[in-house]
Amino acid sequence: MEIKFTEENLKKLDKAKSHYPKSDAALMPALWLAQEQFGWLSIDVMKYVGSILNIPYEHVLGAAEFYTMYYKKPVGKNHLQVCTNISCMLCGAYDILDYISDKLDIKTGETTQDGKFMLSEAECLGSCGTAPMLQLNNYYEENLTKEKIDNLIEKLSKS
Amino acid sequence: MSDFQPIILKNIPDYDKIEVYLKHGGYKALKKALKMKPEEVIEEVKKSGLRGRGGACFPTGLKWSFMPQKTDKPKYLCCNGDESEPASFKDREIFEKNPHQFIEGTLIACWAMGANTAYIYIRGEYYKWIELLQKAINDSYAKGFIGKNIAGSKFSADIYIHRGAGAYICGEETALLNSIEGKRGIPRFKPPFPANYGLWGCPTTINNIETLANIPAIIESGGEWFSKIGEPKHPGSLLYGLSGHVNKPGIYELPSGTLLTELIYKYGGGVKDNKPIKMIIPGGSSMPPLRGDEIEGLKMDNENLKSVNSYIGTAGIVVMNEDTDVVKVIKRITKFYYHESCGQCTPCREGCGWLLKILDRIDKGLGRKEDIELLADVASNIEGNTICAFGEAVAWPVKWAVKKFLPEFEQKVKENISLPIANKVHALRVTYQE
Ligand SMILES: Cc1cc2nc3c(=O)[nH]c(=O)nc-3n(C[C@H](O)[C@H](O)[C@H](O)COP(=O)(O)O)c2cc1C
Ligand code: SF4
Ligand code: FES
Repeated sequence: MEIKFTEENLKKLDKAKSHYPKSDAALMPALWLAQEQFGWLSIDVMKYVGSILNIPYEHVLGAAEFYTMYYKKPVGKNHLQVCTNISCMLCGAYDILDYISDKLDIKTGETTQDGKFMLSEAECLGSCGTAPMLQLNNYYEENLTKEKIDNLIEKLSKS
Repeated sequence: MSDFQPIILKNIPDYDKIEVYLKHGGYKALKKALKMKPEEVIEEVKKSGLRGRGGACFPTGLKWSFMPQKTDKPKYLCCNGDESEPASFKDREIFEKNPHQFIEGTLIACWAMGANTAYIYIRGEYYKWIELLQKAINDSYAKGFIGKNIAGSKFSADIYIHRGAGAYICGEETALLNSIEGKRGIPRFKPPFPANYGLWGCPTTINNIETLANIPAIIESGGEWFSKIGEPKHPGSLLYGLSGHVNKPGIYELPSGTLLTELIYKYGGGVKDNKPIKMIIPGGSSMPPLRGDEIEGLKMDNENLKSVNSYIGTAGIVVMNEDTDVVKVIKRITKFYYHESCGQCTPCREGCGWLLKILDRIDKGLGRKEDIELLADVASNIEGNTICAFGEAVAWPVKWAVKKFLPEFEQKVKENISLPIANKVHALRVTYQE
């Protein structure tokens, strides 16, 4: 597969560049676009992003490594990230994590064999008032219960 | 306080829509400010006594006055919506319920400091709220409040969102600057301070989202009016966040200095299962915790919290009932900091790991009696010895939990029956290696 931004993403990148006085500052938006398009940031993708912004690959790698939300490895189609920080922990987050882990038969950090689900433990996601909660790809699922999880996983398994 | 009217989270349906916001007098304060001199705006903010809501409580007007007036460099404003301190979830409420008041405050701040560009730094996980805020910004551009010749004036300013990508440390103001520049988000040495040398070496001010959302009301009703709300030394309303073992968790906007008991029992609906409180974190995970017996009559603002050796921080309150395992909670908090340390300073990088290791063995019943002292010792070696205040954030919860909940730690060490065996094995290994 040739690594190249779509026309639309190139336009979005140009727009992002116009927000900063220096184009290398558009690295973070560029990495977001790349992750959206390619799913994760492989070495080749990072090299491509570097070439397009005129940034050495090592700098791109340095930034990508620093931020946890940039994926340096492929992830499952549905990434379930359960917050286990204090407020969620007090509201039973670890039970939720174990429940999902048993249900999907994967440990934290693993992906199901069909590539449909990945399970992670997350730090506070700023949703402490609706604990326990998890992040599913870009969006939040709040006030979790076992029933809610059953329904969610059933829905996602079918899609 | 029954006559208190919320300043930010008003109970008006659809207030997040620009039409509704305008109908209720929205963007009037901006027009008023644009007719004032920038110095006058800063003076009004100084008069209000507003203190930053990002955690450090620094007086906002004073901060603005540090920006050089005469400079040929561009000036910047950064709005800090990183909101990653565990137990804090208030800025998200503003993005959702009242984005325009925050945008208006940002524009007034830009005018007061002569900045023509504002970046809103939002944590990457807040995807939904980034979308919501971007929509509000677009609407505001369309009505001519952002962009060229704002509201028919000679002043122009742009507002852009910069999406973070999962790094707590980027909430620290100088790390945030590096992140906007597209670099690794590691804190910078101070001095030079951002007001002189911020984004791309230009004068920059960093303010929290809630801080900025207060500005339109101050301009509209006057600094003096604002200074009379709540506690005089820390005036205004606060967006208190309640979480943990409470029946009605959520964000409550109330005057500063509201009684903690009132917050928990009246607004928060009391403690889950009606149990006594063991521990409370008053303002985000890094603030020194309180004991349940310290909260009677305690007012929630920065000055009053000092009487129990704590601070208001982000006003994110975590309530923990008598069943809570203090060591486990402190261990979980430390694990967070261990994960988030940027690693530049040795005391922070190594200290976080040591604290976590010691806490882990105490929690597992493998701790030694000396470990408790060792915890306090490691914590005090981090505090004050680092580039940024993250050092304090790691040290404080451990240091104060050990002080205030000593029996909990001692209990876990005493419970340990396998201790002599563990020590013996350890001793054997050491002898063997020698
Ligand atoms: C480790 C660390 C994390 C921080 N995180 C945040 C944050 O998420 N949001 C925020 O507004 N301020 C945060 N701050 C405080 C900022 O450095 C800065 O003081 C604040 O944004 C200034 O705004 P204010 O004066 O309006 O409060 C953090 C500070 C430290 C040391
Ligand atoms: S105190 Fe910790 S987070 Fe702050 S600069 Fe030093 S190592 Fe980084
Ligand atoms: S502790 Fe889980 S969202 Fe904040």
